[in-house]
Amino acid sequence: MIKAILIFNNHGKPRLSKFYEHYNEDTEQQIIRETFHLVSKRDENVCNFLEGGMLIGGSDYKLIYRHYATLYFVFCVDSSESELGILDLIQVFVETLDKCFENVCELDLIFHVDKVHNILAEMVMGGMVLETNMNEIITQVDAQNKMEKSEAGIAGAPARAVSAVKNMNLPEMPRNINIGDISIKVPNLPSFK
Amino acid sequence: MPAPIRLRELIRTIRTARTQAEEREMIQKECAAIRSSFREEDNTYRCRNVAKLLYMHMLGYPAHFGQLECLKLIASQKFTDKRIGYLGAMLLLDERQDVHLLMTNCIKNDLNHSTQYVQGLALCTLGCMGSSEMCRDLAGEVEKLLKTSNSYLRKKAALCAVHVIRKVPELMEMFLPATKNLLSEKNHGVLHTSVVLLTEMCERSPDMLAHFRKLVPQLVRILKNLIMSGYSPEHDVSGISDPFLQVRILRLLRILGKGDDDSSEAMNDILAQVATNTETSKNVGNAILYETVLTIMDIKSESGLRVLAINILGRFLLNNDKNIRYVALTSLLKTVQTDHNAVQRHRSTIVDCLKDLDVSIKRRAMELSFALVNGNNIRGMMKELLYFLDSCDPEFKADCASGVFLAAEKYAPSKRWHIDTIMRVLTTAGSYVRDDSVPNLIQLITNSVEMHAYTVQRLYKALLDDISQQPLVQVASWCIGEYGDLLVSGQCEEEEPIQVTEDEVLDVLEGLLVSNLSTPVTRGYALTAIMKLSTRFTSVNRIKKVVSIYGSSIDVELQQRAVEYNALFKKYDHMRPALLERMPIMEKTASNGPTEIVQTNGETEPSVVEAKHPPPVTQPTNQANDLLDLLGGNDVVPVIQNTVSTKPASAGGELLDLLGDLSLSGGTSPAPAPSVPTSQPSFFLDGLTSQPLFNDIAAAGIPPMTAYNKNGLKIDFTFERANPNPNIAVITIHASNSTEADMTDFVFQAAVPKTFQLQLLSPSSNVVPALNQGTVTQVIRVLNPQKQQLRMRIKLTYTHKGSAVQDLAEVNNFPPQSWQ
Repeated sequence: MIKAILIFNNHGKPRLSKFYEHYNEDTEQQIIRETFHLVSKRDENVCNFLEGGMLIGGSDYKLIYRHYATLYFVFCVDSSESELGILDLIQVFVETLDKCFENVCELDLIFHVDKVHNILAEMVMGGMVLETNMNEIITQVDAQNKMEKSEAGIAGAPARAVSAVKNMNLPEMPRNINIGDISIKVPNLPSFK
Repeated sequence: MPAPIRLRELIRTIRTARTQAEEREMIQKECAAIRSSFREEDNTYRCRNVAKLLYMHMLGYPAHFGQLECLKLIASQKFTDKRIGYLGAMLLLDERQDVHLLMTNCIKNDLNHSTQYVQGLALCTLGCMGSSEMCRDLAGEVEKLLKTSNSYLRKKAALCAVHVIRKVPELMEMFLPATKNLLSEKNHGVLHTSVVLLTEMCERSPDMLAHFRKLVPQLVRILKNLIMSGYSPEHDVSGISDPFLQVRILRLLRILGKGDDDSSEAMNDILAQVATNTETSKNVGNAILYETVLTIMDIKSESGLRVLAINILGRFLLNNDKNIRYVALTSLLKTVQTDHNAVQRHRSTIVDCLKDLDVSIKRRAMELSFALVNGNNIRGMMKELLYFLDSCDPEFKADCASGVFLAAEKYAPSKRWHIDTIMRVLTTAGSYVRDDSVPNLIQLITNSVEMHAYTVQRLYKALLDDISQQPLVQVASWCIGEYGDLLVSGQCEEEEPIQVTEDEVLDVLEGLLVSNLSTPVTRGYALTAIMKLSTRFTSVNRIKKVVSIYGSSIDVELQQRAVEYNALFKKYDHMRPALLERMPIMEKTASNGPTEIVQTNGETEPSVVEAKHPPPVTQPTNQANDLLDLLGGNDVVPVIQNTVSTKPASAGGELLDLLGDLSLSGGTSPAPAPSVPTSQPSFFLDGLTSQPLFNDIAAAGIPPMTAYNKNGLKIDFTFERANPNPNIAVITIHASNSTEADMTDFVFQAAVPKTFQLQLLSPSSNVVPALNQGTVTQVIRVLNPQKQQLRMRIKLTYTHKGSAVQDLAEVNNFPPQSWQ
């Protein structure tokens, strides 16, 4: 069972914190700080597994982490989860985020925390792994986002316009027209009638 | 009221804050705005406000006032609202707040909603934070959804069911019918969560386990399909088809196959196939292999398969990736008990891992190394482990040191090697060894009699180098106190003897007493050692001075000891040699039981009674054993008494079962536990009061008698009954000399008829001073079970005016009360 999923940056600021067991707010913050201390001390070329800190349950729980650029992704798991499997899960999670946000960076996580939560909810539920297929997850998340947008009404208009332009598929304009040759190669322009 | 700012705006604002105080201010302002907006019951912006609240909650600020708002959002019809509402419920609410029960109805409605995403949200929230009451109410709905054909909902329902079972185990039965055709699904997501559900049920109930065993063939088939199916783009992760599902199935197979022959049979082939076919270049392959190995180890697999598994682990150990090595070491640790020989083959690789930079790997390698030590490889392994001890982090040193001690104790090839190893540990990691290692080591040294000289010499040299490591110092000072005479006499077979004078030794010990590095316990050891040397060395005056100085020490422990030792010098000087003799061999009552030893140090003897065989080499030939065997009548068998000179392993030990509770020779000792010395004074005094030694005429009303009076030597007997045993008569002889010259080398021997048993304790001294200036006293105990008339033959030898005198006499005039 996964006890907690934490994302924080190199300075320890939390970017996402999801606990699958209840702690009160102070304890949650303390756990984040403690985990940051433990994980940031690690060298780059050591293994990605750590014993959990005192607050999170001590040596019965393991911290499995991966460091991507400026962010640490930490999963706190108990002994029923396979350590190498969780490493793969972190990889799948990050790849999913990458697909959803297009070259995800820390700012995306900062400004769209709720979306990250939604994606995570499609992957891990109640501390257990729900779905690991990236495409499946993205399909579901997209469908739900569409539902939200359809409800948004007028306030969502600017957002819809932006996404419409993104999805527009402008045909390629010809780059080179060979004047010297009589037979001008004119590409297949769509009929703008 | 202006529209509340968007979440994005808030985040941007907060990020501009430069100090914590600024951030707090901004957040408080926003919180106030949110609170007033909540009070206004504003429906349109509620979700925005709650989103902001959740963000602030993540940063660590209190957000409990948003809980009810979350509930309102959940009740709304809009999907956006519901989404944020459920997220808020998951983050802010839990079963400890009563508010959460209000959600139950909403969730129930949403579980039957027309939109699958709303149903999904409800399932997700129930599965994350549902309390047992909620679970009980809603379990029926979840079960219904478990049977639906919608795979999206089915997989969520499966995990929700797992949560329900965890919270309310009695409901497990309810989900049983729905699991019937879970495994025939094509959708991998559903398969995955179904396997999780089955795993949970099997772990919780052995009946379920038995029930699901019949699914093993189906699981094997699914696994086979996954491996053989070739490339499937939607489930592919780095070239392997759905590794997550494979790992889950392997885990379920492990649980089903444990302890069951048939299932294990069915699995053997597929496990071998997975083990050999999986690619190991990427992490995913290794994850599957790792799970396979764990499964092979747990079920009743055939030996070929097990060897294959351990070889895979061995290959892992050589992998460059630290993660792989870590998991390999962890699994080897689990299997070393059962497949010891197979793991031994990889010993050298494991020992190499000790040198790894990674702390987690080092720790596991160390534990595994200790598990692999056996009689054959002890020397090599110990070398590596000691090298590791030198260079490792402090957090390892304590565990490593204890491990080394344990291993050395079990497999030491020779006593000298054992002592060398322990000394090496003490010198390199002295301050990290556990407290119980000091008494253990002392006991070990006492037992290896032939090594005494070598040990004390080495310890002395170590002490000269460094006095900061307390356990080492304590052991060294104890040894010097005990065997100081061997040190000074310069006899050592194993090594080059060093030339040490008594003064140098005393210098070192006094240095310990005054040094700032010594703890109070160490000082106690040092003082006692100095005291013991007073019977082994000749320069008693210096010792007397030291002891008297500490009589006014601030440390109560030291003061008490010094005062007692002072008293020993002044008033009870005749008892000093007996008290400060060599310690007998200590019997270990338990392998880890230092506490027994501690007691025996103080009281010395009750448990030593069993150790009745003192090392034969260093003993005078006729030992106390002869006590009991006396010829009757006219033959005088010299009964051995405890000699004044210090011979190792005093005879006092064995005699004590006769003595019962009176144990005079309770040797002073370096008792680490402070409680023991406090018992000593009363003990000490008990020895005095119950044994009237001097001029106190015997209690019990038996009149004293003169046994011998010739040539100026007069011997008086005084009597007493030993309380617990009325058959024992305690006789104290007082020898006095009325001539002008001292009688030196005075030895008193006695013999009694066969029906009696005699025991002689050590005399107070062997010089009877001239002109009745003092007396030599000695205690005789006679056991007279048949209450026959006491008769005794005595033999006296002494040197008087340069010539040796010997005399025999019979004593028949014992008063009747002494033997009735």
